[in-house]
Amino acid sequence: MRLEPIANPSPARRLGLPALALVATLGVAMLLALVAGANPFAILGQIATGALGSKLAILETLNRATPLIFTGLAIAVAFRAKLWNIGAEAQLYAGAIMAVVLGTGALGSPLVLPVSALAAMLAGAALLLGPVLLKTRLGVDEVVTTLLLNFIMLLFVSYLLEGPMKDPMGMGWPKSTPLIPEARLPRLVEGLRLHWGFALAIIAAVIVWVIQTRTTLGFEIRAVGQNPEAARFAGMPVNAVMVKTALLSGGLAALAGWSEVAGLKGHLSSDLSPGFGYTGIIVAMLALLHPLGVVVTAIFVAGIFVGSDAMSRAAGVPTYIADMLLATALLFMVLAILLTKVRVVRG
Amino acid sequence: MSEIVDILISASFWAAVIRIASPLILATMGELICERAGVLNLGIEGIMVIGAFTGWMAVYQGMPLWGGVAVAMGAGMLFGLLHATLTVPFGLSQHVVGLGVTLFATASASFAYRLMLPEVTSPPKIEPFQPLEIPVLGDLPWLGEALFSQTALTWAAFAVAGLVAFTLYRTPLGLAVRAVGENPAAVEAQGLSVTGLRMGAVIVGSGLMAVGGAFLTLSAFSSFFFEMVNGRGWICVALVVFGAWKPGKAVLGAILFAAFDALQIRLQQTDLGAVLPYQLFLALPFILSILALILMSRRAEVPAALMVPYNKGER
Repeated sequence: MRLEPIANPSPARRLGLPALALVATLGVAMLLALVAGANPFAILGQIATGALGSKLAILETLNRATPLIFTGLAIAVAFRAKLWNIGAEAQLYAGAIMAVVLGTGALGSPLVLPVSALAAMLAGAALLLGPVLLKTRLGVDEVVTTLLLNFIMLLFVSYLLEGPMKDPMGMGWPKSTPLIPEARLPRLVEGLRLHWGFALAIIAAVIVWVIQTRTTLGFEIRAVGQNPEAARFAGMPVNAVMVKTALLSGGLAALAGWSEVAGLKGHLSSDLSPGFGYTGIIVAMLALLHPLGVVVTAIFVAGIFVGSDAMSRAAGVPTYIADMLLATALLFMVLAILLTKVRVVRG
Repeated sequence: MSEIVDILISASFWAAVIRIASPLILATMGELICERAGVLNLGIEGIMVIGAFTGWMAVYQGMPLWGGVAVAMGAGMLFGLLHATLTVPFGLSQHVVGLGVTLFATASASFAYRLMLPEVTSPPKIEPFQPLEIPVLGDLPWLGEALFSQTALTWAAFAVAGLVAFTLYRTPLGLAVRAVGENPAAVEAQGLSVTGLRMGAVIVGSGLMAVGGAFLTLSAFSSFFFEMVNGRGWICVALVVFGAWKPGKAVLGAILFAAFDALQIRLQQTDLGAVLPYQLFLALPFILSILALILMSRRAEVPAALMVPYNKGER
């Protein structure tokens, strides 16, 4: 077989194939339900109800979507420039650490929130800067270095929680001292369990969209991602663009951790993120790396997680079905996107 | 300092080094085969999890230990087929597909574990591989304990490394695999199938990764835990770079790496361990991997067509 580019893909092809990928994922969900001995049609309904069936469920889904919007944006920005940042998990914790460092009494209102957000972004950006400089200067593959940094960061967090940041009132649980009230993000609507992090995530998505479509940097990021050689030939500072992309990407991922601590949890623990950094890759790919699309897919992915938890309790299908579905969706989607641009021919 | 010397001259330390190196050698050989054929396989972490899970589950269900190894290998090859189909004929991003395969494989293992053992709080144990008794050599003072008291799967790991080196450098098949990672168009011109060679390499390589994972459940520990692979796959990707894509050097890298890992565990028990946080010792393998990548970056002989998909008739 051979792949042949399609000159002008029809809209039916460009929209139909990604839709087909999602339908195929639903098919896999039903198959897994059958394997688990549950009713395949019922579990789709149970997942949907669990995610969106009540005000409480919707708020839970939006809360879960908040860090995913940030990490999804971080990945989308980086992947657009073909910068393979797989270290969003570590950058997330870097942001969370800054929220605790500055939010436990070092600063008071009204400075604490903006300063700690900025510090979080700087910390996340700094963490990605190393791997990117290693890539541009020495040609070290950033995938492996960013992945390895995730493990180092988790151990560092574990050290902080048992040492310098340990909550003396923690009853032996490894968690940090709680944030002071001034360092907490207020609720979006009084009485509803949804914090300002969600709104900030959407604002961040809009800002990233503006950067990508309306600024020189956005143009350069796309050019470098499509063809670094051509971009270099056209006189673009390819390495400088990579570094700027990294700073943006690392900063966005750090806000995920910052908003989880300042908005949702109020303290740092080593289970702050159940893999939000990795799930961000799925969020970004499903959104075709579009920043506004990330908001939609993050809510979708969060819904699958929250819905699967509820379904699992009711139908007895292991909750890991959510992880399987999302990985399946990712693989189907990258294949579908390719097939919108090429067709398979014999020979 | 004398504590470190004491550790380094103890036979049990070297026995541990070889034990820790075994799964790394198996998985590193798997990754090396894939990369020599031009495909970066980031599915490695998940495929090791699948190998660890399926091998253990097969034995728990009553299969013999070698049956468990075979099941793990088969499962790894299936995930390798998935990876190869998406990255070779379709030429999709090896980064994205690899991570996708890792997420899918890891989730599959967790899902299947919970499905098959819904009520279990601590995973059931199996009877793992026992150290082989080697006549004469095994009775040697010090050397016997340090080098010759290993399980059959460890011996298999070293044999696999030898077989991989022999096949790559001494057989026509190995030449074809190496050529397809350097200059696929030339291979095509010889009338060989680039797609077939690359897919074969990824599938076989993935099988070895899974056996590396199965080593953890069938030889090192006797149970399956969700987090047990814990980044070993990513470390193997670094070891391939450290070994400059050569099997012999990669084995030495794995042993060196295992030595640091065995040392850090023992250093935690010493005065040093009382002063420094234990997390620093645990982070050492990951820090070393990054340092190894930096050290080798200047003189790495990367296969020329690594991560370059090949589409027939396209230049």
